Amino acid sequence: MKALAFSAILTLTASASFACETVTLGDLTIQNAWSRATIGAGRPGVLYLEITNNGGTDDALVGIATPAAGMPMLHETVVSDGVASMPHAMAVPVPAGQTVALAPGGYHGMLMDLTAALKEGETFPVTLMFQAAGEVTVTVDVLSMRAEGPDCADAGQ
Amino acid sequence: MRLTGMQKALWAAAGIAVLAYATLLRDTDPSPGIVADAPFRPTFSLPDETGRLLSPSDFGGKHLLVFFGFTNCPDVCPTTLAEVAQVMDDLGPDAGNVQPLFISIDPERDRRLGLADFTAAFHPAIIGLAGDAAQTRAAADSFRIHFAREDDAAASDGYTMSHSPALYLIGPKGDWLRQFTYGTPASEILADLRSRL
Ligand SMILES: [Cu+2]
Repeated sequence: MKALAFSAILTLTASASFACETVTLGDLTIQNAWSRATIGAGRPGVLYLEITNNGGTDDALVGIATPAAGMPMLHETVVSDGVASMPHAMAVPVPAGQTVALAPGGYHGMLMDLTAALKEGETFPVTLMFQAAGEVTVTVDVLSMRAEGPDCADAGQ
Repeated sequence: MRLTGMQKALWAAAGIAVLAYATLLRDTDPSPGIVADAPFRPTFSLPDETGRLLSPSDFGGKHLLVFFGFTNCPDVCPTTLAEVAQVMDDLGPDAGNVQPLFISIDPERDRRLGLADFTAAFHPAIIGLAGDAAQTRAAADSFRIHFAREDDAAASDGYTMSHSPALYLIGPKGDWLRQFTYGTPASEILADLRSRL
């Protein structure tokens, strides 16, 4: 299973340049999906992206799945009384008419048990599961370890 | 100078008030630099990856930028280290007067996974320090920062760490100068350092 998942990543990354992909699912638009490169596969990776709900009904991101990690989860970094921790988030609310970001210092996808090291310049797929809208797969750009966000100003080109 | 009984009582009351205020500040704000006139000199004695034991006095009078973290932390820690790296790049020739330090609060696992590779991926100037449990606790206590291991069956290796995510600035004589709270932009840290160097 792992070997199969790994070859799927390789296939996808063979043609990779920064995707800066925008994906829509019903009223939801997902963009700027990115991750940081890792050294080896022994440490967890991370997933950031933006979800815009253009509709009139609230939705929520309730799960993620990816061949890049054996145990992907939603987390939320919380800083309270000067102490940071990152508990599991059961769901990331995506209220009607709003944009919600999985971003550094807040909600993030925690990619534990990586299948392989995430290399800068590669991409990998992540399937997002929404409470109402269902599932959609997005392409995640792996940026450098020092990256603080994607340069997707020209997204959609 | 001779003090009347009344004056003595007033001075004693003032002293108690100052102490109470200091205690109050310490409880509400983890940055202790502001509470005392006497310099606060947090210290540590921790090995780098080669086993060399390092203390604040080993950095030749440089300013120290100290961050406590762990390398299994994919969100908060890389964000801060990326900012430190940006600051070091932007300091140009002044970078030689600043030593960034990453003190592991998860030292056993970080040594196993490799600390130097991790810090070097952000900036070659960053030195990673990982001691034993006692050295690590002593360093954190000295800086008056919090860290704790939190068992979590759903985390890698069954646990994760909570920790103070701020960045601490120590002066050339080892004096605590200030902290930068998590998320302080690199440009702000840079401007502050420039004003001191
Ligand atoms: Cu996390």
